[in-house]
Amino acid sequence: MVAESVLATREPSRSEAVSQEVQAILAATELGTLIEALLHRGYAVVGPTVRDGAIVYDQIESLQDLPAGWTDEQAPGHYRLKRRDDDALFGYVVGPQSWKKYLHPAEVRLWSAERKNSTFRILNNEEKVRAPQAFLGVRACELAAIAVQDRVLLEDKYRDPIYGSRRTGAFLIAVECTQSAPTCFCRSMGTGPAVADRADHLVDLVLTELQGSRGHRFLVRAGSDRGAEVLHEVKTTPATDADRKEAEAGVEKAGSQQVRGIDNSDVKELLYRNFEHPRWDNVAARCLTCANCTMVCPTCFCTTVEDVSDVSGVHAERWRRWDSCFTQTYSYIHGGSVRTSVKSRYRQWMTHKLAAWIDQFGSSGCVGCGRCITWCPVGIDITEEVRAMREGASHGNP
Amino acid sequence: METLERIIADHPFFAELESYYTGLLTGCAANVRFQPGQYIFKEGEEANEFYLIRSGKVALELFAPQHKPIVVETLQDGDILGWSWLLPPYLWKFHAHAVQDTRAISLDGKCLRTKCEQNHDLGYEVLKRFAQIMERRLEATRLQLLDVYAVK
Amino acid sequence: MATAVTYDPMLPHPYLVQSVSKETPDTFTLKLAPEPGANGGSFRPGQFSMLWVFGVGELPISISGNPAEHDQLVYTVRSVGQATNALVSQRVGAGVGVRGPFGTGWPVDAARGRDVIVVAGGIGLAPLRPVVYEVLKHRGDYGRLVVLYGARSPHDLLYRKELASWAKQKDTQVLVTVDYGGLSWRGHVGVVTTLFKYARLKPAQSVAMVCGPEIMMRFVARDLLSHGLSRNDIYLSMERNMKCAVGFCGHCQYGPHFICKDGPVFTYEQMRPLLEKYEL
Repeated sequence: MVAESVLATREPSRSEAVSQEVQAILAATELGTLIEALLHRGYAVVGPTVRDGAIVYDQIESLQDLPAGWTDEQAPGHYRLKRRDDDALFGYVVGPQSWKKYLHPAEVRLWSAERKNSTFRILNNEEKVRAPQAFLGVRACELAAIAVQDRVLLEDKYRDPIYGSRRTGAFLIAVECTQSAPTCFCRSMGTGPAVADRADHLVDLVLTELQGSRGHRFLVRAGSDRGAEVLHEVKTTPATDADRKEAEAGVEKAGSQQVRGIDNSDVKELLYRNFEHPRWDNVAARCLTCANCTMVCPTCFCTTVEDVSDVSGVHAERWRRWDSCFTQTYSYIHGGSVRTSVKSRYRQWMTHKLAAWIDQFGSSGCVGCGRCITWCPVGIDITEEVRAMREGASHGNP
Repeated sequence: METLERIIADHPFFAELESYYTGLLTGCAANVRFQPGQYIFKEGEEANEFYLIRSGKVALELFAPQHKPIVVETLQDGDILGWSWLLPPYLWKFHAHAVQDTRAISLDGKCLRTKCEQNHDLGYEVLKRFAQIMERRLEATRLQLLDVYAVK
Repeated sequence: MATAVTYDPMLPHPYLVQSVSKETPDTFTLKLAPEPGANGGSFRPGQFSMLWVFGVGELPISISGNPAEHDQLVYTVRSVGQATNALVSQRVGAGVGVRGPFGTGWPVDAARGRDVIVVAGGIGLAPLRPVVYEVLKHRGDYGRLVVLYGARSPHDLLYRKELASWAKQKDTQVLVTVDYGGLSWRGHVGVVTTLFKYARLKPAQSVAMVCGPEIMMRFVARDLLSHGLSRNDIYLSMERNMKCAVGFCGHCQYGPHFICKDGPVFTYEQMRPLLEKYEL
């Protein structure tokens, strides 16, 4: 079929074996050199920084931009920054933003056109060449979310060139979690907190922050050839068993701190067969359809298009913006929307995320980052909703 | 040429009815023919017979003030026309208007309903069959009411 | 100068309006052709395009023309709002943006050697017309053709002349009905499901293709089942909100299916568990 010929070729996968056994120690201050090395190679480095009472992602120039000594206190419907009693650079969990801010931008122009007599012409819409980006501070759950969006936007029937151009060449530096928030549940989703070695070389460098008696440093390993190359430009010392054990213990601690989880053994069938479960009415009474969850979720990908033209009507543009299945017009066809009730919209989101996604893309759409729980103004907890449905309970939150 | 008995016995509506009864019906059956434009029966008249349409087309019409007759449904080959003969007050609820040259078999409803009163087993069999027709008509009518093609 | 058509599914290509003809008071058929020098494309019956009116908006519209005609795209559009109204108001020679074709098509290949039952309600006849063209073009490849078509009233009937000419074809039965007959209608009155008993069907060897309002398709599918067709031989064309048509915007999801790329044509077997779910 004609349309399928559009499928652009994917990046060839790296088949060279990369030794992932080699681990080194990077002093905390050397991280600044790593950032410089990336900048020097032409990358725009994006990482965490404190702004507006949260840890958000933005371009960073140096170590000074990182949220040293800050942590986040999270609970359903609650997020506060708190000072740590140390100088950890990555001593927080996850903020309201995810890397989809850069890979799947909230607002992007698809093309512009101008009138030409009675017809029109699409204007040369070549995107200005953008610098490749290096993402510093990718959590295990976020790595999993990038893989989930890769599957949706690059590996299905069509390929999204906007995601593709931003994703190609993106340098990923993962930082393993050594603490979890009460809202985290990556362990039950099988996506963290450890950053697993991957055959697809999804990640370029993996860091684990250590602050033991040997000083403030990072255990670092390369996950790809180019990661190894960049590592050669900074000063490292060999890692010892003690270093490795400290890192493992930190990650293990993060895992054991998690109090929430989803039992994934039959969640797809559970949701499919409970379309009329009374629990949906219960959650509908609380949900404000504010769409926060879809905005903070690192895998939500829905967008809408908007056609605009200027006053003279000569120039037109099509823009793409994030959209949410929680809006009233999301399911609108002539005559009205299909999902008008709050219940039907919440049910759509949760069923898609945990069940339909599996049929569509072969894995769950949820990576257990817990953002939807933290950023829901009324603290709706997706893990509790699943449990309530399974147990048949229909009472509300305590 | 088919005999009336054969036609009646073969019709799905009468299937599995004891031959005694189909014989009885045949005894009171007759071939009838209606010209285009002819009214077979009118609303309010006594309903004593029903019809098995063999060919042609009949429109069921209702009258309302300030309106010409409204066709609510049309019936054709193989359809049974009329059930008001079966239930009190035994009066037609609508007009039946032959739209084309229509051939049918008329059946003695009055005779049949008397037999139903005397023989409740027969009555049950007949009512069961009519209930099926009414259910299908009701479903179709409801769908018609929904006006699914209208722009909302 | 010939320009190769680059099939980036996100970019609309200008097609020029050849004609706009009125089918009913609110429904028009547009014929579009590629700009001089540009190549046309092909489509499969059941597929749709995204049609863009400069500065107004874009809509998914089923292609309702003849798949054998490669240099023309035909659409029958009902004017129900701002965008559709803008589309049907285009003048001859105006450029309309076309993306596509998208979607799965009707099973015209799988139906070879079998009887084809086409059941259409209202504007639903538009995406089914290419099936009739295909069957009539390769008449020997198919068994009987039965076309059952219902509309709201006589002046809402589409393609009346064609319906009459199809009825004259070999081994072809065309039955038409309306919900409301009006004063001078001498034809059948009743919903399209009431036509089944007059259709000469051989269920075991039939493939049915159904398109119309969702309620109508539900009732029709049930009736076809009770006439002995199997769930995998009944096909429906579903509709939901669409923005991108390429499976990225998420709007057209219906259960686990993306109507734009997994559909719009589905078997009744696939749709059955979803059709009865309210507000899915």
